[in-house]
Amino acid sequence: MAELIYSGLTKRFDGTAAPALDGIDARVAEGEFVALLGPSGCGKTTLLRLTAGFEEPTAGTLHMGADMVAGPGRFVPPEDRGIGIVFQSYALWPHMSVAGNVSYPLQVRGLKPAERRARVAEALALTGLTELAGRAPSQLSGGQRQRVALARCLVAEPRAVLLDEPLANLDLALRGSMQEAFAAFHQRTGATMLYVTHDQGEALALADRIAVMESGRIRQFAAPEVLYSEPADCFVAGFVGDGAVVSAQAAGPLAGGDLPVLAMGHTLTARARTGAISHLSIRPEDITLVSEGGLRAGVIGCTYLGGRFRLRLDTGGEDLVAMSPRRAAPGDHVGLRITAPWAFRDPDSPAAAAVREAAHA
Amino acid sequence: MIGSPATGNSSRSEGRLLSLLLVPVALIALGPVVRLLLEGVGLGSGLTGDHLATVLTRDSTRTALWHSLVTAAGGTVLSVVIGAAFAFLVALTDVRGRAALVFCLMVPMMIPPQITALAWMQMMGPSSVLLRMLGIAPPLGSPQPLHSPGGIILLLGIQHASIVFLTLRAGLRQIPADLVEAARMSGARGRKVWAQIVLPLSLPALGAGAAMAFVTALGNFGIPAMLGIPARYSTVPTLIYQRLVGLGPSVLPEVAVLALIVGVVAIAGVLLGRGVLARRSYGLVGLSGQPLSIALGRARLPVEIALWAFIAAILVLPLTALLFTSLIPAYGVPLTLDTLTFGAWTEALFVQPVTRRAYVNSLMLATVAAAVLMAVALPLAWLIARRPSRWTRSVDALVDLPYALPGVVLSIACILAFIDLPFTDLTLYGTIWIILAAYLARFLVVMLRPVQASVSQLDPAMEEAAAAAGARLGRRLRTIVLPLAAPAAAAGAILVFLTAVNELTVSALLWSSGTETLGVVIYNLEDSGETVMASAVAMSIVVLIVCLMGCVQLAARRLPKGVVPWQS
Repeated sequence: MAELIYSGLTKRFDGTAAPALDGIDARVAEGEFVALLGPSGCGKTTLLRLTAGFEEPTAGTLHMGADMVAGPGRFVPPEDRGIGIVFQSYALWPHMSVAGNVSYPLQVRGLKPAERRARVAEALALTGLTELAGRAPSQLSGGQRQRVALARCLVAEPRAVLLDEPLANLDLALRGSMQEAFAAFHQRTGATMLYVTHDQGEALALADRIAVMESGRIRQFAAPEVLYSEPADCFVAGFVGDGAVVSAQAAGPLAGGDLPVLAMGHTLTARARTGAISHLSIRPEDITLVSEGGLRAGVIGCTYLGGRFRLRLDTGGEDLVAMSPRRAAPGDHVGLRITAPWAFRDPDSPAAAAVREAAHA
Repeated sequence: MIGSPATGNSSRSEGRLLSLLLVPVALIALGPVVRLLLEGVGLGSGLTGDHLATVLTRDSTRTALWHSLVTAAGGTVLSVVIGAAFAFLVALTDVRGRAALVFCLMVPMMIPPQITALAWMQMMGPSSVLLRMLGIAPPLGSPQPLHSPGGIILLLGIQHASIVFLTLRAGLRQIPADLVEAARMSGARGRKVWAQIVLPLSLPALGAGAAMAFVTALGNFGIPAMLGIPARYSTVPTLIYQRLVGLGPSVLPEVAVLALIVGVVAIAGVLLGRGVLARRSYGLVGLSGQPLSIALGRARLPVEIALWAFIAAILVLPLTALLFTSLIPAYGVPLTLDTLTFGAWTEALFVQPVTRRAYVNSLMLATVAAAVLMAVALPLAWLIARRPSRWTRSVDALVDLPYALPGVVLSIACILAFIDLPFTDLTLYGTIWIILAAYLARFLVVMLRPVQASVSQLDPAMEEAAAAAGARLGRRLRTIVLPLAAPAAAAGAILVFLTAVNELTVSALLWSSGTETLGVVIYNLEDSGETVMASAVAMSIVVLIVCLMGCVQLAARRLPKGVVPWQS
């Protein structure tokens, strides 16, 4: 196992104006489970393929532990990187049995047949595939194929395990159990894992840390709970978790992590790390519905989530999301109290500039 | 790219090493054609303007060119009639036994043209064993009706009908059923639907098929050689053959001009066909899974009977006639139970050194060509699919050329290219190697396309998974790509083998004593009056070819789409 260190990693494909990856700086610790999360086209798969060595970076360096595997004047091809990868399509070789697929990496490394058999048996047992060793991949279900791909990847004891949307082709029920399998696998092996997904539920559930990506950049790289409660910018606040992002301005000095802010015409107390803020991230659990007083809002939508209702509320220009134990009809008016929303400064939102201009005027 | 030139980049350098494969491929496949073109602009033995003028003003040239155009055009019309009728009936209606029908329609194209000609000659004319058995032979001394332009046109038309059929059927399959349903909803019925919807939509495919049939007919040597030479009716390929055989390599510059003329006409035909096909994009969107199927109703049985009767007339009757001729002791003896003998067969297959040698040569050439091309096609297909570059794209686009050009053109090109090997005193002319070189050039595309289809369907992740497992390029090709592309490669190899065994045009100009091929021997035997033995050799080849086609047919279900030419 090894840590992965990216510095200034950039990838530009021929004939495209915008780089697919734009100066990635990150460090994945040894044994860490990191998810790359983002909408399609954000560069997360490119980052994974650069890590595997299927693509060469245009600039920047990638280290695995002490080895530079990609950088100026040096490029280690995938077959020499000692990584394991699980593809979205599983990429099982259809002309080999399950055991054949799993033993291939050991064959390539020239292991003796006896040792090979022992390690294949071990990997198959670990993934619960012992019974299926003689089957052809075409005779397996999606979940079983997924586990074969996992066994094939772990049998060679890779320095890092890369997973490319491994659950995207599975149905919902199977996804849950495979998620548990991945978590257990990570615990047992202690492998450094890089997990690409566009499903935030998967990322939040599995990863030690999540890198949220957009347009070839990492927007925020933090633990799931930090991403949720302290998003760094509007994109992360909107992409991760439910809730609303509204523009706001500071209404006083920062004191002990608390900042008075002006938003939606009201003064609120927000959590903040700086006094120069432009937006509030208001999660549904920050909002308490009250019958009297508070901020008045009109209900514009109501959906049942099982046990509670999700209300979309209009506060006159800004929409909020709140949870309610009772159904509300569109057109109803409710009062709400907002407790400790997160205030942050979005680096490149036009709204932030507008707020600044309004403040100067 | 900042990181290049990379060190320790073994995968990429292996890939680069593999790209060197493009050099011999380009040299063998395209070198001769380029050499011929250079001849056209005055390289080598020197083609001056007056040379061109003497060849072009000669009456024999103009006559042969005219004959070529007439027979090719006539044959194309007939091919279009037959091929289109079969395509519309087989692809659009509910006739039964389509696979068998298609297979039988394909056989004439897979049989060497000189065998087709020989078989038909045995079915007609005064000395037909079959007709004499039935007592309906024309009186002795009356002319063979096939020794005429009409006969050439008839056989060219039948031989190439399947080209039109295959192209048109592929086009028809792309017409979604909902278009016809929409026409019916608008009130059109029966013939109107066909004339107003189906026919206009299928015209581009029909045009492309006709262009391909024309080019192939133009290059056909076997049929005009067998039927035209006895009638003193020469086409450009037979004129080239007669000049080269009669006068030797000294006439090379002159026949090169002839070859260039045919080549230019053929390329014009090919480009026309491609252009027409490219314009077929009527924007047939939303390929519905349901292809057209028109119920024939009460007409089904008569239509089926008509189709099979036609197959019997163009396939079964001539081959029966050929078989009967091969079973008589001497030409002119009627076939009865008393006279029936396998003498010609044993003579041809086991006794005569020339026919045995031809069998050995043809099978050896076909096997070696298939094996070499199989070994080349896999890495080449991989390169084209996975490491695209300007070079791979050019090779991909140009390997069609040696196959699309008429055989005589390629033969002349090969003679020009190999008669004096550059930088040596060696010559390949007169050896078997020149035939092999020509086969490799001509059939590369036959091998490459199925393998390409197979490789491009492979998920690149299969190879990436192997790379991540530590396998280098060579190992990945051997253990992952090769086994997965093997069925297509095998089918391609059988197709190369079939086409190579089948082949006369190229070897007719390139053979010399000792390097005869089967096609040459059949022609020579018939030419020297050994019709019975020629029939025996021909019949044995037909059996071999039908068996090989059967093998491909059996494997068809396990192959990627488009590998077996007569199934789509």
